[in-house]
Amino acid sequence: MRAKMLTYTRIESPIHRLTGAVKLVFFALWSVTAMITYDTRSLLAMFIFSLVMFRISKVKFRDYSFVLALILIFMILNQLAVYLFSPQEGVKIYGSSHEWFRIAGRYNVTWEQLFYQFNILLKYCTVIPMALLFLLTTDPSEFAASLNRIGVSYRIAYSVSIAMRYIPDIQRDFHNISFAAQARGIDMSRKEKLGARIKNVSAVLLPLILTSLQRIETISAAMELRAFGHGRKRTWYNARPFGKGDFAALAIIFFILAGSMLLTFYDGSRFYNIFERWD
Amino acid sequence: MKQPIIEFENFGFQYRAQAEPTLRDINLTLYEGETVLIAGPSGSGKSTLAHCLNGLVPFFYPGTMTGSLRIRGIEQRSLGIHRLSEMVGTVLQDPDGQFVGLTVAEDIAFKLENKNVPQAEMIGKVAAAAEAVGIGEHLRASPHELSGGQKQRTTLGGVLVDDVGILLFDEPLANLDPRTGRSAIELIERIGRRQGKTVIVIEHRLEDVLHGRVDRVIVMHEGRIRADLAPGELLCSDILAETGIREPLYITALKYAGCRIEPDHRPEHIDSIRLDEGAAMRLASWYENQDREEAPEEREPVLELEHVDFGYDADRLVVQDVSLRIGRGEMVSIVGKNGAGKSTLSKLICGFHHPTRGRILFRGRDLRGDTIKERSRHIGYVMQNPNQMISKSTVFEETAFGLQVRGTSGEDLKERVHEALRICGLYEYRNWPISALSFGQKKRVSIASILVMKPDILILDEPTAGQDYRHYNEMMEFLLELNRSGMTVIMITHDMHLMMEYAHRTIVLADGRKIADGRPAAILTDPDVVKTANLKETSVYELARRAGVGEPKEFVRRFIEYDRRMRAR
Repeated sequence: MRAKMLTYTRIESPIHRLTGAVKLVFFALWSVTAMITYDTRSLLAMFIFSLVMFRISKVKFRDYSFVLALILIFMILNQLAVYLFSPQEGVKIYGSSHEWFRIAGRYNVTWEQLFYQFNILLKYCTVIPMALLFLLTTDPSEFAASLNRIGVSYRIAYSVSIAMRYIPDIQRDFHNISFAAQARGIDMSRKEKLGARIKNVSAVLLPLILTSLQRIETISAAMELRAFGHGRKRTWYNARPFGKGDFAALAIIFFILAGSMLLTFYDGSRFYNIFERWD
Repeated sequence: MKQPIIEFENFGFQYRAQAEPTLRDINLTLYEGETVLIAGPSGSGKSTLAHCLNGLVPFFYPGTMTGSLRIRGIEQRSLGIHRLSEMVGTVLQDPDGQFVGLTVAEDIAFKLENKNVPQAEMIGKVAAAAEAVGIGEHLRASPHELSGGQKQRTTLGGVLVDDVGILLFDEPLANLDPRTGRSAIELIERIGRRQGKTVIVIEHRLEDVLHGRVDRVIVMHEGRIRADLAPGELLCSDILAETGIREPLYITALKYAGCRIEPDHRPEHIDSIRLDEGAAMRLASWYENQDREEAPEEREPVLELEHVDFGYDADRLVVQDVSLRIGRGEMVSIVGKNGAGKSTLSKLICGFHHPTRGRILFRGRDLRGDTIKERSRHIGYVMQNPNQMISKSTVFEETAFGLQVRGTSGEDLKERVHEALRICGLYEYRNWPISALSFGQKKRVSIASILVMKPDILILDEPTAGQDYRHYNEMMEFLLELNRSGMTVIMITHDMHLMMEYAHRTIVLADGRKIADGRPAAILTDPDVVKTANLKETSVYELARRAGVGEPKEFVRRFIEYDRRMRAR
């Protein structure tokens, strides 16, 4: 059903072929770069680059359409909030004020503010495609293997993969439990008063927690019986050696990081100011 | 001379949290290459015995051991759980819960990964193990794409991949439908014989396990070994009746006919049992003395489905053109393999989903537009696992919850809760914490919490799952009692005994369609239906066929009728 949202699907593409750890490092450095820079040129270049990557990865729109819609709504809210709380932020940053029109009081719309918020929007737009891409193209067990390779303890690395394994099961438990509760007349929808609703939600949560604990007990017994935690090291069936693509990806991300930093700090400010030459 | 591989000597075990030892005075030797069945009712200690072999006891579930247990000559307590795992491979009861990997291949590889086997070597071994258990084509499948049987095969593959000498199966049939269960037993037998393994099966479904070759049966009772016999000898003794293990149905039928069964008749299997002329004559005279078929009573319909379609996606229907009619006071079973649409059907009836086409009528009134809550006044739904329903800490609170939500309170509430608890035999336990109850009692609490709302129809999902013969009987007699007092009971199940012994009528679903609707005896003797619904033919049918008595279908029907009368006594 809907449980397949935002999960890994096996597709052949250069992005899917990268090892999970490299993708993680790439994503982390990419995010840091996007967070630091407010240079519009750099952000625009990165945004276009991320769209190209998305194209190469061949992931299907319906695999993330729902999440994307949620993110867009959130982004709009965020933009409104930024304006409501500091409508003069752009003026402060760029040191000039070109008013477009006035609403009321200190709420006027300046080109500086619009440009500032455009940059924020661009930041999200560079990070979000990469985050989605990371989730959609990384095989969780291969990811665990590659985390282990770059030095993370295999117990921690494995917990990533086991969590992915059990999310659909727990979702199914949740559906069944809430079905049984509702069939008992326990209503959790908005028709019920808030107090009663909270009480009724506990009718689902408690059994869910207890059955999940039971699952954990079974799974840890099963894992012990199959020698998990036996040695200091373990191998991985799904491990993938670092390939040319991985080294290329690392080279690209360091190049992007360096290039963006150079562009951003060249003139001594994080902000790319288009207003200096305005008048 | 065969080599002893497992030796218990004056062995005992007490869990840390228990006041009494769970195992006492165990003296038992198992030899290399044997296939041994350990049977016993729940609470007899058979699972604990199994846990001693794989090291879950005492390394995972702590407690005190007395006496000695040697595996391949080494004291168990000096081996850790990991060293034991090199000698004993375990397949646990729940095929879903023990699936660790994200794909079949990874799950099979899990033990090799933990033993630090290089990847290149691993890939070949995994492929070989998958081939041996017949799952080679599904190496990349994820667990939710697999059936229960396929998951179990995967787990078995994960055990075989490491070449252990002893294979331990803890209730391998518990979660499988009858036909998948039978192929599981065949697979276990094949692997055991071909690879020369020592096989230990823990199970209370005796007839199903004896479908394969078993050298010895150990019967556990109240923590002790009650019997250690060849299957043929066990079937001729009274031990099964005393310990509450169900005997094979063809044996029951022979006993009803007054036949004597001797070990040298080889009674352990319906195909091997020798039926002499005396037995055939007795069966024939018993058959002649039974009543002819009575016409089923006409009942006023309480629930009707008319051409119901339903699908999560428009192009793939999960339920297709299902029409059925449940009479008031009927006890009906709905069967079909996993994914046949059984649970979707109950969700449609309760109003969790709405039919994309067709109507659902309650006492002639269309239920469309009624909310789940409104329907819950008439239709009660009990889940398979009571732990998924229970959300309060005491029996009283749990039972009262549904009524409280509807605004009942004070004396009225107390009275109705007490009444429901009395019906379920739980009145004495009303102030008990639920955590102190057994599985069967919890199941009753979950039923009481529905009965308290006085529904007209009770839908139960696998009402007897995970229960031994005695608890099965208690639960079913209880439901029968409810049914006699006027309750309409619908049971979703793949337990063939349940349908045979208790259902007035059976509805069979396959791939979302209704493929049969009739008396259990007719369903269970129709080869096509049996095959598509993953059921299996009852051994009573085979008995009648082999003995050449009457019409086998009619023989099965008469057996069922007679058996019901005997149980009612």
